Amino acid sequence: MKYKVKESSKKLPDRRTFIQTLGSSCVLLLVPKFLFARENKKGAAWTYSNGYAPSEHYYGMGIDISKCIGCGRCANACKLENDVPREPFFFRTWVERYRIFEDGEVAIDSPNGAADGFKPGSAPEKNLVRNFFVPKICNQCDKPPCVQVCPVGATFKTPDGVVLVDSQYCIGCRYCIQACPYGARYLHPEKRVADKCTFCYHRIVKEKLPACVEVCPTQARIFGELEKKASPLVRFMRMNKISVLKPSLNTEPKVYYANFDMEVR
Amino acid sequence: MPILKEVSGYIYPNEIELHWGILIVVYPYLTGLVAGAFILASLVKIFNVREVQATYRMALLTALAFLIVSPLPLLTHLGHPEKSFEIFLTPNTKSAMAMFGFVYAWYLMAVLLLEIWFDYRRDIILWEKKESGIKKWFHKLITLFSSDASEQSLTFDRKAIKLITIIGIPSAFLLHGYVGFIFGSIKANPWWSSVLMPIVFLFSAIVSGIALVLLIYMVVTPMRGKEIDMACLNKLASYLFYVMIIDFSLEALDFIHRIYESEESIHILSELVMGKLFVSLIVIQLLIGMIVPLLAIAGVKLFKAPDELRKQVYFLSALLVQVGIFSTRWNVVIGGQLFSKSFSGLTAYKMTFLGLEGLLMSLFLLLLPFIILYVLFRVLPPWEEMREAQ
Repeated sequence: MKYKVKESSKKLPDRRTFIQTLGSSCVLLLVPKFLFARENKKGAAWTYSNGYAPSEHYYGMGIDISKCIGCGRCANACKLENDVPREPFFFRTWVERYRIFEDGEVAIDSPNGAADGFKPGSAPEKNLVRNFFVPKICNQCDKPPCVQVCPVGATFKTPDGVVLVDSQYCIGCRYCIQACPYGARYLHPEKRVADKCTFCYHRIVKEKLPACVEVCPTQARIFGELEKKASPLVRFMRMNKISVLKPSLNTEPKVYYANFDMEVR
Repeated sequence: MPILKEVSGYIYPNEIELHWGILIVVYPYLTGLVAGAFILASLVKIFNVREVQATYRMALLTALAFLIVSPLPLLTHLGHPEKSFEIFLTPNTKSAMAMFGFVYAWYLMAVLLLEIWFDYRRDIILWEKKESGIKKWFHKLITLFSSDASEQSLTFDRKAIKLITIIGIPSAFLLHGYVGFIFGSIKANPWWSSVLMPIVFLFSAIVSGIALVLLIYMVVTPMRGKEIDMACLNKLASYLFYVMIIDFSLEALDFIHRIYESEESIHILSELVMGKLFVSLIVIQLLIGMIVPLLAIAGVKLFKAPDELRKQVYFLSALLVQVGIFSTRWNVVIGGQLFSKSFSGLTAYKMTFLGLEGLLMSLFLLLLPFIILYVLFRVLPPWEEMREAQ
């Protein structure tokens, strides 16, 4: 019986041919990679036509909570500048109001992301101990969970440290929105792709300030270089006690808050 | 905005609408059934359990029918389904989701289709010889024009099936453990972020898969005018019972662990569980979907109930288990998005009826595997009496 099996196995290809065929099939599997090869966005040392070289910059933002008056001009300017849908629930940046009462109760609100400003709260104001405003924005994390989870690599980090979404590439799976601990992302209702703050990338490559920074009447927002000692942002960080949001998640945010309160979340 | 009335506490402004709706509930439910049905089939093959032999092929075909449908809810949910092929062409290797296509393809091509093919090969060759017309050609096509039914080739088939089953079990674990990983690896969400998530997903998958095969067996057998084999049914119910015990323990462990650790999210999560998820989690998932069927199956076994009563109890229990597992998926997917990542507010889920991501579409996707299964039963009858005598 054993002998019989051996005999018939001659009909099958020998081991060498089998391995050769297997090898060439595996090589064939790689063909799409070359056929559909795309430009590698990461780490490229490109410069823009105006001479701006992303690799020479590294950006962050400082926010001084004690300076914010909650006027919401930043939220409005952002919507105008970046074609963010006007209807509620879509924000690249917004402002939160924190009211801390005598009994320790914390009331947080952000009606329409503060785009219409704040109205006096209905709670009896006499018990109010502290009242402050916290502007929120994409934290442009150094270890962005959104970039990690994107299945097609549509969201990526530029050499100047800004996290962007390639809307041509985004398939709209919303995994990045789930992965963002800061609620900074939303699904653009018309484009059906993920969208978020870009630090106004189209402006900063022309060496202009982001729209929200430019309109802020109290200079509560400071945009600039993180790795250049002479930059106002570095000075701001040196002169103030700095905090970031949700540090335990190890996302390493690059939006730095001064005069931060433990109630902020 | 009417939804604002349902919002309590403070939630980030971008969080008012849920991003993953009912389709993403359907997706892990369907994949769970695939993995569960396959693992049941593997138990039959590897441990050679005679009693449940009758459900072996049925379980394989069930797994296939549900596997065919399982990527569809993902596809319909995408904002740009036409770009979905990018996942295959330029996957981000760091993304768990990018691996879906590869895990899926591996499972479909290297496990399920191969195993079914090897298992049916001899029978199809013999059927095709007696048939004529389209059916003959169709069967010829699916044997890939092999007509070797010699003893030697059959020995090879048997060996191949054994090997595929051995590779298949970890693959089935991978398939559903992977789905659990998609959720379990999101550190931003304390309801999801847990190492136990893939394991809980896996065992609930096995529970749902066994219950489904039991249901299909109990419905199809009388429809074919045959007697239900009580030995087989008892064995299936026992499997279901044991796996449910494991699943229950794991879920309890996860629950106790969360309470004991009491991380900063504990307040909002307990508010969620006692509020918006109370009915779907405590009442449906735990009580109706888990404790009632467990007690019922234990009851009929303990008190040696007559066959007729057993059948009814098994059938109802398996149905309740399906409801329970579906609500498990619901509570994970929807529950995980009802609270804000600010941990200080809750939102609500408004399901649409029509539309690509609505209820009707989900019902269609839940029904579709049964239509496919009907066709598969026609083309590849899994019934014992259709096995050609050796």
